[in-house]
Amino acid sequence: MAKTQTLEKGETESHVGRRDFIVVATYAMAGIGAAAVAWPLIDQMNPAADTLALASIDVDISKIEVGQAITVKWRGKPVFIRHRTEDEITSAQSVDMGDLKDPQTDDERVTNPQFLVMVGVCTHLGCVPLGQKTGDIKGEYNGWFCPCHGSHYDSSGRIRKGPAPLNLEVPPYQFASNAVIKIG
Amino acid sequence: MSADKFSNPVVRWIDHRLPIFSFMDHELNEYPTPKNLNYFWNFGSLAGISLVIMIATGIVLAMSYTPHVDYAFESVERIMRDVNHGWLIRYIHMNGASFFFIVVFIHIFRGLYYGSYKAPRELLWILGVLILLLMMATAFMGYVLPWGQMSFWGATVITNLFSAIPFIGDSIVTLLWGGFSVDNPTLNRFFALHYLMPFLIVGVVILHLVALHRFGSNNPIGIDVSGPQDTVPFHPYYTIKDFFGLSIFLSLFAAAIFFFPNFMGHPDNYIPANPMQTPAHIVPEWYFLPFYAILRAVPDKLGGVLAMFGAIAVLFVLPWLDRSPIRSGNFRPLFKIFFWVFVVDCVALGYLGGMPAEGIYVVLSRVATAWYFLHFLVILPLLSVIETPKPLPQSLSKSVLGGAAMAGAASAVKEKVR
Repeated sequence: MAKTQTLEKGETESHVGRRDFIVVATYAMAGIGAAAVAWPLIDQMNPAADTLALASIDVDISKIEVGQAITVKWRGKPVFIRHRTEDEITSAQSVDMGDLKDPQTDDERVTNPQFLVMVGVCTHLGCVPLGQKTGDIKGEYNGWFCPCHGSHYDSSGRIRKGPAPLNLEVPPYQFASNAVIKIG
Repeated sequence: MSADKFSNPVVRWIDHRLPIFSFMDHELNEYPTPKNLNYFWNFGSLAGISLVIMIATGIVLAMSYTPHVDYAFESVERIMRDVNHGWLIRYIHMNGASFFFIVVFIHIFRGLYYGSYKAPRELLWILGVLILLLMMATAFMGYVLPWGQMSFWGATVITNLFSAIPFIGDSIVTLLWGGFSVDNPTLNRFFALHYLMPFLIVGVVILHLVALHRFGSNNPIGIDVSGPQDTVPFHPYYTIKDFFGLSIFLSLFAAAIFFFPNFMGHPDNYIPANPMQTPAHIVPEWYFLPFYAILRAVPDKLGGVLAMFGAIAVLFVLPWLDRSPIRSGNFRPLFKIFFWVFVVDCVALGYLGGMPAEGIYVVLSRVATAWYFLHFLVILPLLSVIETPKPLPQSLSKSVLGGAAMAGAASAVKEKVR
């Protein structure tokens, strides 16, 4: 295609920029249009309304004996709820912050020290740590142990040893009553 | 076509090894195109864009659709209510099918009027008919997926067409169903095939384009391009024309999606499929109605099926039925009349296909069906013998630039015809 550009009457070379502006503006509009079309096609992969509607659950914790733990499913992930013993609470509270990779006091991680609620997904690469059942390996800090790559968590679910960078995540939750917590 | 036409050194480096930029430049930029194309030549690119829209929205819909008889209907309703923008994407896909057929039908009638099927474009035409067949199969299977009443009974009726085949018909139908009725295996395979076939269409479209670019586009006066003076580069002349046409098309398409998305659908398809009860009045989607009318016009099971498939099959041999060397209908006074009669006949078949199969509608369907085949099998071959065409212009460029050049060509054409 010939690249000759005819200049309009009275237009000099230095004003060709005006045409460039029109070209750039056209491409910009086309780009905005393309992005606007692409967005719904991409955004449909985000959680749908019915998926988001399942985002909170109620859990009855009155049946959990001291020393026992249950695992419930919340947003497709396991949530650990542990009714901790006095020993576990004391040891969790007495840890020196300097020993922690992701420093957090036990108080920051619980609402009621007796019940530890956290997402049971290792912060390394997403496996579910052991330690919920009696007989499970609980790791060197008497909490949880991730069998995938060897991360050790203490009785407050904090990372103590191994490749995981962060403590086990505490989900948003509140006590709906003494017996029921609402997660999410 | 030397590589140094690109200023960007990276482009030059790649193009030397993989001449993709030269190819695109040759086929989309400098590609010489007859300078007299009218807006009917927009519909090829519109069809291509429609195909892209259908594939893009279809892949996205498949992410939320469940091909199971117990979940299909609900998964479509979930797309409509819960999936982000799902209602928009589904309405685009649903109406996109109709708009795709509108565009393709106009594209076909353009080819019929301007003789675009004639030598040396016979294979181009045949590939186009093949695309139409694939589109029909794809559209039919897509309509089954929402698993509403029309989906189910459409699937039942269309698959039963094959039972008309002597001896092996029933076995073929059982094979299509994967059981003894339209059921979960049928739905599963239709989903798989509905996903596959658009990509087959893409393959045939590529062949269609290769065949097109061999001799270039036909044009409204139907005479061959005689040199560079008859053509303009595709870009920017036809890119801009195609984009303008596209903007009109998309405006109409958007109007349908946002203001009457269910106009071309059927309300019964929002009732979940019920194998125990057929809806009182079952009709296929509008784009199948002419063929449906032909099916019902023949009072014999096998005959009706053959007539329906024959209505498409006859298009494959059209280049050898119309022997007139004049391509464009503009210069064929008799053909022009019969062309418009044929258009009316096709529209009438479409109307009759949507009416109940009783009384006057049956009679009219038979007349219209007979005319359809008469047009191809008798009228077109006959016209190419008895018709005296009008004088053709001497060249494409003269026809564009003014009438003075039109004279004098008359005698030359008559020579050519005989």
